[in-house]
Amino acid sequence: MIKRFTLALTVVALVAGCSSGVKLDDVPVEDKNATSTMGGNTGANSGNTAQSGVAGVDLGQSGRDAAGPVGVSRIVYFDYDSYVIKPEFQSLIEAHSRFIKAGTNRKLMIEGHTDDRGGREYNLALGQKRAEAVRRSLALLGVQDSQMEAVSFGKEKPAVQGNSEDARAQNRRAELSYR
Amino acid sequence: MLAALISTPALPALAQFRVEVTGVGLTQLPIAIAPFRGEAQSPQKISAIVQADLERSGQFRAVDASGAVLDETARPDVALWRQKSADSLATGSVTRLADGRFDVRFRLWDVVKGQDLGGQSFVVTQGDLRLVSHRIADFIYEKLTGERGIFSTRIAYVTKTGSRYSLWVADADGENAQSALSSPEPIISPAWSPNGGQLAYVSFESRKPVVYVHDVASGRRRLIANFRGSNSAPAWAPDGRSLAVTLSRDGGSQLYTIDANGGEPRRLMQSAGIDTEPMFSGDGRSIYFVSDRGGAPQIYKVSTSGGNAERVTFTGSYNISPSVSPDGRWLAYISRVGGAFKLHVMDLSSGTVNAVTDTTADENPSFAPNSRLIVYATQQQGREALMTTTLDGKIKARLAGQAGDIREPDWGPFQKQ
Repeated sequence: MIKRFTLALTVVALVAGCSSGVKLDDVPVEDKNATSTMGGNTGANSGNTAQSGVAGVDLGQSGRDAAGPVGVSRIVYFDYDSYVIKPEFQSLIEAHSRFIKAGTNRKLMIEGHTDDRGGREYNLALGQKRAEAVRRSLALLGVQDSQMEAVSFGKEKPAVQGNSEDARAQNRRAELSYR
Repeated sequence: MLAALISTPALPALAQFRVEVTGVGLTQLPIAIAPFRGEAQSPQKISAIVQADLERSGQFRAVDASGAVLDETARPDVALWRQKSADSLATGSVTRLADGRFDVRFRLWDVVKGQDLGGQSFVVTQGDLRLVSHRIADFIYEKLTGERGIFSTRIAYVTKTGSRYSLWVADADGENAQSALSSPEPIISPAWSPNGGQLAYVSFESRKPVVYVHDVASGRRRLIANFRGSNSAPAWAPDGRSLAVTLSRDGGSQLYTIDANGGEPRRLMQSAGIDTEPMFSGDGRSIYFVSDRGGAPQIYKVSTSGGNAERVTFTGSYNISPSVSPDGRWLAYISRVGGAFKLHVMDLSSGTVNAVTDTTADENPSFAPNSRLIVYATQQQGREALMTTTLDGKIKARLAGQAGDIREPDWGPFQKQ
């Protein structure tokens, strides 16, 4: 099995400043001595203001896909607000089902995607519906559930940038990738 | 303020922000913030930070105090400030100490009554000067409104710069951003733990959506939900012991609760359609969520102990991303109106709803811990931006970054004092 991704952890040391906050509420108005406005107390009222430290984590490269069936497209496109596989994609799905069944160690990720309209989480759920529609079609053709997984990227990974109707049509899709 | 920011060199990795108040409120407290003595030699203009905080809250109007020579030890001429129609005046100083730290002091005056309302002093490193400024704004806000201020809280958000995604932790004014996570794959839905120490989020780093909990101070991360299918939409229970998440492991997007240390998820409900975007009410008794069980996405509410879901939104055919105010009085959400996605605020006791923006691609509202402001993502001039707004939409401020697109804000809890 190919290692899916390399994880480079870089922990950045950050300044943890220290400070003390002292309340001055009880100091009389007439008191103009700056040192006495400190209240002589740095203990009980000392507020720790150094809460801003953040240790950064840096992840490396994404993984690469394994090869799929030669000469077969790996993208199924969907109509607006639709989660139904159109008849013209049936032969594509059949070709992938034959390829998976020919290698019992092959693993297929079905990644659902949406166009850019609407919320990120709701689009994630809509993309999941598209991925699961493809998964069900493959299951009907005899592909084992253990060899495929339906996941969603929602609107996070558009194939094409832009909000034209053409760009949106190219983004409403499920991608089949082998790992 | 503007001049100070323009003269600050923009750091490419840090998002630099600009505050623009775009609306006018009706009843605002007039306050003068005198320049802090020694501020010209300080790396941060404390009076400007305090003033911007108070203005962004919508509850204050700044009275010009430029040229005033005052510090916390001076007794101000209250008649002069009354003449400028200020009700209050803040004075202070900042002094660099021999060890390189800064001594910051201030005092707040009621110039109508001629009364000293108290002050504070802090000795801090240069890196904490902004935090101290926010603390001062919090002190003033609480003294004058009777409610806790939120200026020293933190927000989390995500940027996309080129093909790189970063999760940031920033001050509530968007400044002082520090990267918590940088990844070649998307990051969405950050959610602060109730104690403000951890962020739950969805990361696609393993090329599928997986939920992590990330300790912000140490950078330590743990997998919370990495089940078959998609794992998303983390929401903390108010006690911090468990989270609600959306999982597709049993087919379809459904709601589960899971222990904050991981373990076996417990299914909350069973529905035929999509259930997602859970959000606990402040009392922890119910969960608001989005479901298309009625044919179109609407917001529902269900008891955390299960039972029947109750529909909450009735107007429009697309209502998503619920955020309940910590005081339980308000529900902010995104509604599609004529093809535009707009932030709406519902008064939960009456059901009255107001659209509070004039933008068309609003996303992901999140309440400030004092329930007085909402931060949300939107698009302005084709760029992603973060905005804060008062609940009535009258005062908005843009937290505008220069480092790529900004999205997915989540407002953290009150900090321990």
